[in-house]
Amino acid sequence: MLQYIVKRLLQAVPLLIGVSIIGFAMMHLAPGGPLAIYTLNPTITAQDIERIKHVFGLDQPLYIQYLKWAAGMFTGNWGNTFFGGRPVLDVIMERVPATLLLMGSSMSLAMIIGMLIGILGAVKRYSVFDYLATTGAMVTLSFPTFWFGLMMIFVFALQLGWLPSGGMFTLGEDEDLLDLLQHLILPTVVLALVLVAQWSRYTRSSFLEVIHQDYIRTARSKGISGSRILFRHAFPNAVAPLIALAGIQLPWLFSGALVTETIFGWPGMGRLFVDSLTMKEYPVLMGMIMFTAMAVIIGNLLADVLNAIIDPRIRLN
Amino acid sequence: MPEIAPLPRDPVDIAKRPPEDEGHLRSGNPLVFYESQAKRVWRRFLRHRLAMAGGCAVMLLLLMTLLADLITPHDPLALETARRFIPPFTDSTFLLGTDEMGRDLLSRLIYGGRISLVVGMAAMFATVVTGLIIGLISGFYGGRTDNLLMRFTDTMLSFPQVFLLLVLAAFITPTVISIALIIGLTSWMEVARIIRAQIKHIKEQDFVLAAFALGSSEMRIMFKELLPNAIAPVLVSATLNVANAVLMESYISFLGYGIQPPLASWGNMLTNAQAYFDTATYLAILPGVMITLTVMSFNFLGDGLRDALDPKLRM
Repeated sequence: MLQYIVKRLLQAVPLLIGVSIIGFAMMHLAPGGPLAIYTLNPTITAQDIERIKHVFGLDQPLYIQYLKWAAGMFTGNWGNTFFGGRPVLDVIMERVPATLLLMGSSMSLAMIIGMLIGILGAVKRYSVFDYLATTGAMVTLSFPTFWFGLMMIFVFALQLGWLPSGGMFTLGEDEDLLDLLQHLILPTVVLALVLVAQWSRYTRSSFLEVIHQDYIRTARSKGISGSRILFRHAFPNAVAPLIALAGIQLPWLFSGALVTETIFGWPGMGRLFVDSLTMKEYPVLMGMIMFTAMAVIIGNLLADVLNAIIDPRIRLN
Repeated sequence: MPEIAPLPRDPVDIAKRPPEDEGHLRSGNPLVFYESQAKRVWRRFLRHRLAMAGGCAVMLLLLMTLLADLITPHDPLALETARRFIPPFTDSTFLLGTDEMGRDLLSRLIYGGRISLVVGMAAMFATVVTGLIIGLISGFYGGRTDNLLMRFTDTMLSFPQVFLLLVLAAFITPTVISIALIIGLTSWMEVARIIRAQIKHIKEQDFVLAAFALGSSEMRIMFKELLPNAIAPVLVSATLNVANAVLMESYISFLGYGIQPPLASWGNMLTNAQAYFDTATYLAILPGVMITLTVMSFNFLGDGLRDALDPKLRM
């Protein structure tokens, strides 16, 4: 097991190097380089820019700049923001909890509902429910997240007035848990929508594969009740491969969170990214791209390792 | 705990299952299998009702795109401030009403659709071409080249697409072509993987060995022998890619980095609609419905194609 984890970790190294090269290349592809923003400022002269270039080491050969930058990424020095000069890593880290809360609640909601729909669909294959569920999943996968978010705000916040339309806490009030939960409901549902569709599709096909196997037939012939077969015999085998799905969904989850946070004014990483984009804060943007890519790589690694621990059928080599 | 229905017994199940291969029965002789691959795929596709509906909708959308100049009742950019915020179906000259600047909504939806579809198609093309080249080289040469290209593919898959797209879009001047290109360059990975797997498999077959033995050039083998036999699964992926590209275009246009106003795209129409959300909700509903319908049509079409091309892949 340890050997497997070490091997997977080693495989992640070239990926991370690749990610850093692409990230670095993109920063330097910007017309005018990372300092382009300063050329727009009339109080900064060409000499100033040359001096800043020298201070930041931007007049050195590219590969030296890359190595320095990569070493910085490695030691937690992700550069400073253009406006305010705060460390990029700090700026990102203070937004992580809000995004984690949103992504975690959406993922949990999507897994529970998606699995229930998928299991029911597999057990009652070709029934009206199954037909509606599979078609519904396709329709749901076609929704633009931001539009669905707007529609939810319209119905539940503007028309019915049941839930707040945005933000994380009500302004001017003490931050309490109930308030937070109320603000969390709409973004969670919006972000979970597409995930539910994916979970139900994968759960359905995974269960269909399992419930037609011989050991299930044996269990039936021994007179074990339907629900017991389903949850004690079929469930573990059908669900184990689905753990990988959580890892596969991660890149989408980040993208979806970006859009959801923009719609609902949720103060997470996605909002930070969009705000940084308007202010052309390239150090923050690059930091975010690196951060999310690393999170995806590590998330996938965790999913695979977890899968290997839980599922004894997986051979570790 | 809900009552769980008994698991379907096999014979019933088979009877309920749509018949897969009755093609030979049509020849009149049950022993004669008389149907070309193309014909079988077409027959299977026809049976897939949702895919047919999707296909028809795609045709209509393409037709709408082609004939946009002929069928739009008004100029989509013509401002008429005296007629702002006319609700849909209340005015006979402005069928779907007008927006915050008095522009005809129906015309804007049609022209916006033209842009969305052109971006979707062009992005799909860029995706397929990039994916084909990388997959082909990777699968054909194998070894170190393959390893390097596949690590590159894995790396690209680690980036959340919207993040990458937005950063790229902020660097470039947004035009229909540049948006399509960056969408293509951030979504070719799946096609490359599919092609690579196909090529690896086909490369071992006798007809390819024969081509090698006859002294065909590598280029000839790649493009004349391998590619035509590997293309079918790409068809499915390409169709689903149009759906994804239309979605992505709407995301980045909505966030303000895609197609720029006054040019209409379904995404940027929604950006403007946000400001008048509680008074003129129809402005936000209609473009979203169009995006959903378009993406859904391509998704159903792709799903049907997958079932028709390879029934084993059924979800």
